Amino acid sequence: MADLSVNVCGIDFKNPIIPASGVFGYGREYEELFPLSKLGGIATKGTTLHLRTGNLAPRIAETPSGMLNSVGLQNPGIDHFISTELPNLLTKDLVILANIAGATPEECAEVAAKLDDTDVHMIELNISCPNVKQGGAAFGTSCDMAAEVTRKVREATKKPLVVKLSPNVTSITDIAKSVEAAGADAVSLINTLLGMRIDINTGRPILRNNVGGMSGPAVFPIAVRMVWQVANAVNIPVIGMGGVSSGRDAIELMMAGASAVQVGAAIFTDPYAPVKIIDEMNEFLDSKGIKSVKDIIGTVKPW
Amino acid sequence: MKYTQGSYIIAEKMAIARNIYSFTISCPEVAEAAVPGQFVHIRAKGFTLRRPISICGIDKEKGTLRIVFEIRGQGTEEIAKLNKGDLIDMLAPLGHGFTVKPDAEKVILIGGGIGTPPMLPLAKIYGEKAVAISGFRNSSAAILQDDFKATGAEVILCTDDGSTGIHGFVTQPLKELAEKGGISAVYACGPMPMLKGVAAICKENGIFCEISLEERMACGIGACLGCACRTKRNDEEYFAHVCKDGPVFNAEEVLW
Repeated sequence: MADLSVNVCGIDFKNPIIPASGVFGYGREYEELFPLSKLGGIATKGTTLHLRTGNLAPRIAETPSGMLNSVGLQNPGIDHFISTELPNLLTKDLVILANIAGATPEECAEVAAKLDDTDVHMIELNISCPNVKQGGAAFGTSCDMAAEVTRKVREATKKPLVVKLSPNVTSITDIAKSVEAAGADAVSLINTLLGMRIDINTGRPILRNNVGGMSGPAVFPIAVRMVWQVANAVNIPVIGMGGVSSGRDAIELMMAGASAVQVGAAIFTDPYAPVKIIDEMNEFLDSKGIKSVKDIIGTVKPW
Repeated sequence: MKYTQGSYIIAEKMAIARNIYSFTISCPEVAEAAVPGQFVHIRAKGFTLRRPISICGIDKEKGTLRIVFEIRGQGTEEIAKLNKGDLIDMLAPLGHGFTVKPDAEKVILIGGGIGTPPMLPLAKIYGEKAVAISGFRNSSAAILQDDFKATGAEVILCTDDGSTGIHGFVTQPLKELAEKGGISAVYACGPMPMLKGVAAICKENGIFCEISLEERMACGIGACLGCACRTKRNDEEYFAHVCKDGPVFNAEEVLW
């Protein structure tokens, strides 16, 4: 039994596996299937200052080895999260990464300030949602904007601040360096890649939003590459995600430089995926005689 | 147990019409928990997303569920390749089912095309109190008519081309029955234009009406918020989710 614990920004995780924001709601639906305490942490559904109704349906489409989504940050608003969802999660013995978003840097900061008075362990600032017209991806694709929103949120909270990066950029390392300089304690990546499918019988895009974020096993090699590049470019921890669907994938992403790993679309295929991934990581480490998962972080030996 | 995920043995497989298959699945704990109107979320080998399929039969004594589905795309094509004796991976039973009214005198069950299967468990419950109206493109697409007759329900068949039964849409016999009166409830599943027509007739005649909707979905349990449906609650617009708040909705709640 290898030691699976990791530490990110001073926060202890019993294992490195975290359901990614957006796939797991606030945890209630999956509690029916397994205790949330099995997980290292949870990245909660992206939450904004006020309730958001999200985009019109269809919001989901299958793609080869993956999927598209355009939910559009539907959420009940931060006050509801704090009063109704957070108390339940705080009893579950796992690290809570409260994922937040906003249309302006000021709105993001206001949401973060509200969380500063709570017991959430970390704040994950989403500057990369491809499905909302204002804010979201716009922050994540410019170094200046990314730095500005990070700085505003940094001023609003003392919680460890993780900034979630968009892969839909020319240089993700430049964005990572900008948010590091603006006060981020860690970065998480990759958010979804912007994609599109068209129903050739109707000539209409499958998604009502026309375009959406692509995730699933198809994006995994891109995630490995970007995690590796970013881990080499910054001095803050990297939380990796993007198409992870097995323990081997999680190990690979950690070798590329991730200190912890989020799991997204794989949960739709198999709701027990996060739990199975933890078991598979353990088996792999045991089979290699590696005592601690921390010993594999960033150990890739590039040619 | 609300729902669970597991692999279950397919006890029986039948092709019942062109591209339409019936599976009977041995899954005692799922059958025990299931109610009419719920669905199962089936993993298709090689695909990221599961496929939601409505429940067509619940046999709590035998511990089986029956599903009837049509090959609509590559995912359902993959599921249709499974055979008797194979394991099928299901997350089930999911969703909010139909409201059964124990003191109902007469109810109408309306199925359009592949929306017909979820009406059968209601026919089992209501028996002779039910009128099962089914609509299909043509006679070769008609399914489950003998199953409905076996429940004791009165059966009315409609086809778009008149090749069997009434030449026309299901809304025609519904309208006649609704205007005669004495209907306690109408339940419907099928294409959106049909559901819209059914809802309008029920509203006009003041009849309680529940409809089962479908939408592209991912998690199936209300976490990902993928399968949004515009509804109205307490006079406010509300994006409900077909997987958790539905698939069955009161017709008056739905914003068309």
